[in-house]
Amino acid sequence: MSGHGALLVFEVTILVLAIFLGFEVISKVPTLLHTPLMSGTNAIHGIVIVGAMIVLGLPDKSTFMWIVGFGAVVLASANVVGGFVVTDRMLEMFKKREPPKKEDGAGGS
Amino acid sequence: MGADATRLAYLVTIVTFILALRFLSNPAHARRGNQIGAAGMIGAIVVTWIKIGTTSWWAIAIGMLIGGGFGAVAARKVKMTAMPQMVALFNGVGGGAAALIALSELHRILPEPGAPKVDISVAIALSALIGSISFAGSMVAFAKLQELIGGRPITYAGQQVVNGAIFAAALAAGIALVAGVQDEWLLWALIGGSLLFGVLFVLPIGGADMPVVISLLNAFTGLAVAAGGFELENNVLIVSGMLVGASGTLLTLMMGRAMNRSITNVLFSAFGQITAGAGATTTATGAVRPTTADDVAVMLAYAQKVVVVPGYGMAVAQAQHDVRALADLLESRGVEVTYAIHPVAGRMPGHMNVLLAEANVPYPALKEMDEANGEFPRTDVSLVIGANDVVNPDARSNQGSPIYGMPILNVDQSKAVIVLKRSMNPGFAGIDNPLFLEPNTMMLFGDAKESVAKLTAAVKAL
Repeated sequence: MSGHGALLVFEVTILVLAIFLGFEVISKVPTLLHTPLMSGTNAIHGIVIVGAMIVLGLPDKSTFMWIVGFGAVVLASANVVGGFVVTDRMLEMFKKREPPKKEDGAGGS
Repeated sequence: MGADATRLAYLVTIVTFILALRFLSNPAHARRGNQIGAAGMIGAIVVTWIKIGTTSWWAIAIGMLIGGGFGAVAARKVKMTAMPQMVALFNGVGGGAAALIALSELHRILPEPGAPKVDISVAIALSALIGSISFAGSMVAFAKLQELIGGRPITYAGQQVVNGAIFAAALAAGIALVAGVQDEWLLWALIGGSLLFGVLFVLPIGGADMPVVISLLNAFTGLAVAAGGFELENNVLIVSGMLVGASGTLLTLMMGRAMNRSITNVLFSAFGQITAGAGATTTATGAVRPTTADDVAVMLAYAQKVVVVPGYGMAVAQAQHDVRALADLLESRGVEVTYAIHPVAGRMPGHMNVLLAEANVPYPALKEMDEANGEFPRTDVSLVIGANDVVNPDARSNQGSPIYGMPILNVDQSKAVIVLKRSMNPGFAGIDNPLFLEPNTMMLFGDAKESVAKLTAAVKAL
């Protein structure tokens, strides 16, 4: 088996394991947290930023690759930052008991 | 930093992502998990940057500042009620990034001597195809949820044939590319076709089916990122993308099950178009009984157990804080108040939970469908706020109804049902609801926020 073939088999192996791991981990998330789950996984696929950086960080790029790579970095960074911040804002709100305060918070925020 | 060290660092990032998802199993430490995941993401970015060195560093930095700045501001400013479209937007840009990476990679390898390796070209075609569909589809979902375009399904004759043909053309371009036709225009055709397909495929899907669409598009972006990992031979992209792909797929299936409809039915039947014919089959007879806030206030104040059933109408009216205030008042009078949450209420999975959490409702009071349905027979008053299809008894008993078979919240089993509704117009799906005609149901017409505020005032006055 060539070096590339072995690498591909290895990649497919971890891909398949990731599928099962994904199902396993997600099935434990209660419906209460389905929105943060979506938003959180949204942030995780922001890892595409790594790919975008690699593409834009290539030496000897054509102008075309410059533009495309730059676009990819912009989009992926929005994905990462937006994803994690939105998820954090959501999860911050889930509380077991209301914090002790006098007024009832109607019409707040 | 050597290649092995980089890969090990990526492995650490993968572990943080798995922990982030694992921590989501309990609301008490879910937030910590998200922070761990964010730390892992920062780690991956730093490691990648060290590997790249100084090549184009300033372009990467400027790109990150623009994208990250936009993401941070948008995520901070958005109101909780606008959360579904924000999730759609951030999902779409991720898919777009994956498609752009595919474009750049093809551009780089085509001039190299010899045909590209098949697995690489398959990965490029797949991430361009799925990433573009996800990008365009998410933007349409965003526009629908933001009400830039109408939320109702947009249909025309032969729609599915046209969509099918466009998708087939995009796929054919991808296959030609994999088969060794070395022409960059094929990838442009593939991306163009996929973008068009993404737009056309989300346009006919009604707002009530958005929970399914959003989680499906989330899975798509994950898959596109995983395919990008094969292009760049990068494990962290493969594993993270696939984790998201698996999770999005599972969530999509769960949403479909909660509506008792197959995913193909949701995606291709333009639900909500069924109007005139379906209504005629309703068997319930009787008159709608309007009531007043003062009457309802008395019922609520002297009840032992009240169940609030929120729907998209509560989100539209932004009534969650007022609902919470009413519930507090009732609880101070000794009334037990819980919330019954249907899995597909709202516009994304778990939408109602987030809104009520925003209004500081403690999460143990939010009951899932099965638990809530056990409680309705001993409930004095069910307060239905802006929900319609998820409480429609036709889903249980009327085989002619388009929603027949969908599990619903059995509010009609409680002693009294109060429905807060704008008017007697049928709900989003345009289906009649015999619940409104039941003898134990009364209607309180008006804007949900105003009605709830009136109820609170009336209970206070008692």
